Amino acid sequence: MSQTWITTRAWLLMLPLLIVMIAVIGWPLVDTVRLSFTDARLIGTQGSFVGIENYAKLISSSNFQRALTITALFAVLSVTAEMVLGVLAALLLNQEFRGRTLLRALMILPWALPTVVNATLWRLIYNPEYGALNALLTQIGLLDTYRSWLGEPGTAMAALIIADCWKNFPLVALIALAALQAVPRDIMAASMVDGAGAWSRFRFVILPYLAGPLMVALVLRTIEAFKVFDIIWVMTRGGPANSTRTLSILVYQEAFSFQRAGSGASLALIVTLLVTILAVAYAALIRKSAGGTA
Amino acid sequence: MERRSLAFQIFIHVCALLLAIVVLAPVLWLFVMSISSTNDLIAKPLHWWPQDVDFSRYELLLATTSNSAGAAFISALLNSLKVAGMATLAAVAVAIPAAWAVSRTPDVTWSLYIVIATYMLPPVALAVPLYMALAALGLLNTVYGLAMVYLTILAPFTTWLLKSGLDNIPREIESAAMMDGARLDQVLRIITLPLAAPVMATAALFAFLLAWDEFFYALLFTSDQRAKTLTVAIADLAGGRVSDYGLIATAGVLAALPPVVIGLVMQRALISGLTGGGVKG
Repeated sequence: MSQTWITTRAWLLMLPLLIVMIAVIGWPLVDTVRLSFTDARLIGTQGSFVGIENYAKLISSSNFQRALTITALFAVLSVTAEMVLGVLAALLLNQEFRGRTLLRALMILPWALPTVVNATLWRLIYNPEYGALNALLTQIGLLDTYRSWLGEPGTAMAALIIADCWKNFPLVALIALAALQAVPRDIMAASMVDGAGAWSRFRFVILPYLAGPLMVALVLRTIEAFKVFDIIWVMTRGGPANSTRTLSILVYQEAFSFQRAGSGASLALIVTLLVTILAVAYAALIRKSAGGTA
Repeated sequence: MERRSLAFQIFIHVCALLLAIVVLAPVLWLFVMSISSTNDLIAKPLHWWPQDVDFSRYELLLATTSNSAGAAFISALLNSLKVAGMATLAAVAVAIPAAWAVSRTPDVTWSLYIVIATYMLPPVALAVPLYMALAALGLLNTVYGLAMVYLTILAPFTTWLLKSGLDNIPREIESAAMMDGARLDQVLRIITLPLAAPVMATAALFAFLLAWDEFFYALLFTSDQRAKTLTVAIADLAGGRVSDYGLIATAGVLAALPPVVIGLVMQRALISGLTGGGVKG
């Protein structure tokens, strides 16, 4: 078989996928770019070309700047917490104790819970009148009066981050645990014979095995956190006083609540660009660190 | 093995207990809410276990009496099943030939990276044109339209999972069959696909879970019982004026049941899928 035929055959086999991808991803993306330079409405008018007006207005608007800050804050805090808790949980699960297999299996629960169910569950837990958190804190004496955790700008973001973190740290833990199990036992034993303390064992023996998988988890989680919509929509809809309005929520409001398709599209593309920059930066970082340890 | 001091043993067990509580408590509480009477749920101090265990909400939600909460829930459940089922079948169907081609033809492997890169796209970047297109085609608020849109997420993901799975099936078996004169379709049908069955099942289950979990597109593109999926129905309950928190919790438990069962059963495949694809880089 000739090489040209093999390559042609490969493309033919990929044709169905490529057609689907062009229809549901490629074309909509291109059309979003076109729309972003128009003042089109979601329903009715096709709109006319307005150049970069949408972008110029957006970038200077305080709504956008605030949403960007809130998104970055949410992403950094939730992902950091998830990574730290995930690694700690993995180190624990790698120890020997009774019920270890069961606990490992249970870690799947938060991951498997649908995002919307998780958000609903925490919304109920944070309920200002009958929520479990208020009840618990009052019953153990940490709180005098019930609070509206999701209703006050001061606590809403923290409450969201905790809910997001609870759902996602077990996944990081499972990934880290799989990496930990790849650490050869004789190296661990040797380092202990050599008198390495717990910290230096973690830093010099374990961490190199963890770094790769953790970086991948970090990239995926950061991108997910930057795109966050579901959990925020269900728990706060971006409130109170827009204190949890992330970029995706802002796009939703602009394009679908206010039906400004043109400016919504330009905002969506800015979000896309930011996510891409993040991903490229991470990819470069991964390549660099992989080159360093290899 | 290292000999551990008693203090260390106790420390580990305490931490494990703590972790178990953190992971389990919210899930258990969801279940307890679903079987507590409204009086138990609004009692102060709160009853952590109901005085009267009450499973009636499960009956309510799973009963098909017309115009009841049950009818709405069942239709959402069926819509979720239809949308996730159709989208999964379509995604696997286009992904199998593509994944095989990418796995066996180094010349075209680069195209896989473009396919995977689309996974980064925020859904908002595609939502407006997709909305307009579905409206023009008359597919807004239909399960077919939503299933089509779900391919944006499912197709790249399934192709990637299948490709890493197919990479582990030695191509020597395929070339041997080719030497014996088998045609490509015969090789795929008789040798590769049966060997890849477990990988395909894993990929299909993952795709199904992704579709089951999806909320953003469903919120945008469906508006009533004809197409509303479970996630949207639950968000409606949670955000609406429903005062029976137990009912919301019950809907949550029922919606979480399929993915939780799949997750627990598929544990091993899940973790190797997550790490296998990632570590290779």
